[in-house]
Amino acid sequence: MQDEPTPIELIKAVADFLRNEITPEIKGHHAFKLRVGINALDLVTRQLALQQDSDAAELARLKTLLGADGSLAELNRALAEKIAGGEADLQTPGLAEHLWQTTLAKLAVDQPNYGSYKREVGK
Amino acid sequence: MEARLGRCVAAWCAGATGVVDAVRLSGGASQETWSFDIVHPDGNIGAILRRAPQGYGAAPARAAGLNAEATLMQLAYDAGVPSPRVLHVLQPADELGTGFVMARVEGETIPRKILRDAEFAAARPKLARQLGGVLAGIHGLDMTKLPELRGMTAAKEIAELERDYRSFEWPRPVFELALRWLREHDPGPPPETTLVHGDFRHGNLIIGPDGLRAVLDWELAHLGDPMEDLGWVCTNSWRFGEIDKPVGGFGSREELFAGYAAAGRRVDPDRVKFWEVMGSLRWGVMCGGMMQRFRSGPDHSMERAMIGRRSSETEIDLLRLLAPRSG
Repeated sequence: MQDEPTPIELIKAVADFLRNEITPEIKGHHAFKLRVGINALDLVTRQLALQQDSDAAELARLKTLLGADGSLAELNRALAEKIAGGEADLQTPGLAEHLWQTTLAKLAVDQPNYGSYKREVGK
Repeated sequence: MEARLGRCVAAWCAGATGVVDAVRLSGGASQETWSFDIVHPDGNIGAILRRAPQGYGAAPARAAGLNAEATLMQLAYDAGVPSPRVLHVLQPADELGTGFVMARVEGETIPRKILRDAEFAAARPKLARQLGGVLAGIHGLDMTKLPELRGMTAAKEIAELERDYRSFEWPRPVFELALRWLREHDPGPPPETTLVHGDFRHGNLIIGPDGLRAVLDWELAHLGDPMEDLGWVCTNSWRFGEIDKPVGGFGSREELFAGYAAAGRRVDPDRVKFWEVMGSLRWGVMCGGMMQRFRSGPDHSMERAMIGRRSSETEIDLLRLLAPRSG
């Protein structure tokens, strides 16, 4: 068992330092790059906080949907192949809901401010 | 750079005495954009150089090529499409590689400023209709005068996107769904094949307080279905948060279509919807490509890495188009 603070706490502390104390000092192209960097750190914190639960839920849905066992990567590949081959489509029970839940979970990490995401989580 | 540009400019701009303020704006290793001022007794002339330096002859397979871009921009300018005037096409004697020099058009290309700043408040309600008219102008350019361009069809575009997506070896069930949908809804060859700009969207449109001032970046121009340009400009990725205003976050499809029709061309809304779905998938695959280049290429930048994480934005947009939820 590793000691505290956790990776989330460490990254958040660095991101907050860059955001609050360094950003006002930087101008021009480097200010843009700094913002991208802070966004990346924020994304990593969200992923560390959310991924375990969302991966587990996605895996459970995939097992039900495909009636098969395997890793997240294997089952996603299997689902992709079924859709490509026409064996699964939006009429397949549970498929649309699965894709929605999976996609919402990605956006919660990647870009929770994206307009389409904010609209859909409000539903 | 200023010395070389100065020698180049002296050869075709009578009275020019030199070049100042040369700044590199953007571009990767194979293509550069420079801004500079031509010093002239009648007043300085703002100019832009777009070039591929020597040794970078090979353009990406999709690119029309810089000489074709210059020809298209000049044709568009002559036809009254808002475009920068082409001042000079680079010659070997210029020793600047291949490319061209155009007049610099002042204005804004940053979407958030165009969509939020007070300066553009009067322009925003007019833009969608204006863009419709401009696209009609582009699609009406005389086919017999065009440079040699790729011919593209929906089927070819689907095949190219599928090949690129499969090369990432990263399964995306939503992209698979979109590929199926596109195949099943391919409307076939258009009633009329025209010049297609290929990248008509925020970033490539210079906007002023008075409206659209110039269409830039003809790199992806090709021959194909004119409805592709209308679908691409409606793709949610270019709405920047204003998701209820499909045209660039500032206007409605109806306004875009009205401007297009008023210029004497016919809109096919089903084809536009088809190309909008294609547009979301295309941007999603392009984001995946950025991720590949971040991993394998020389450009190991945070920006590229983070663009890789934007593919999921197109997945939610594709679901909203193909499997909308109620509520």
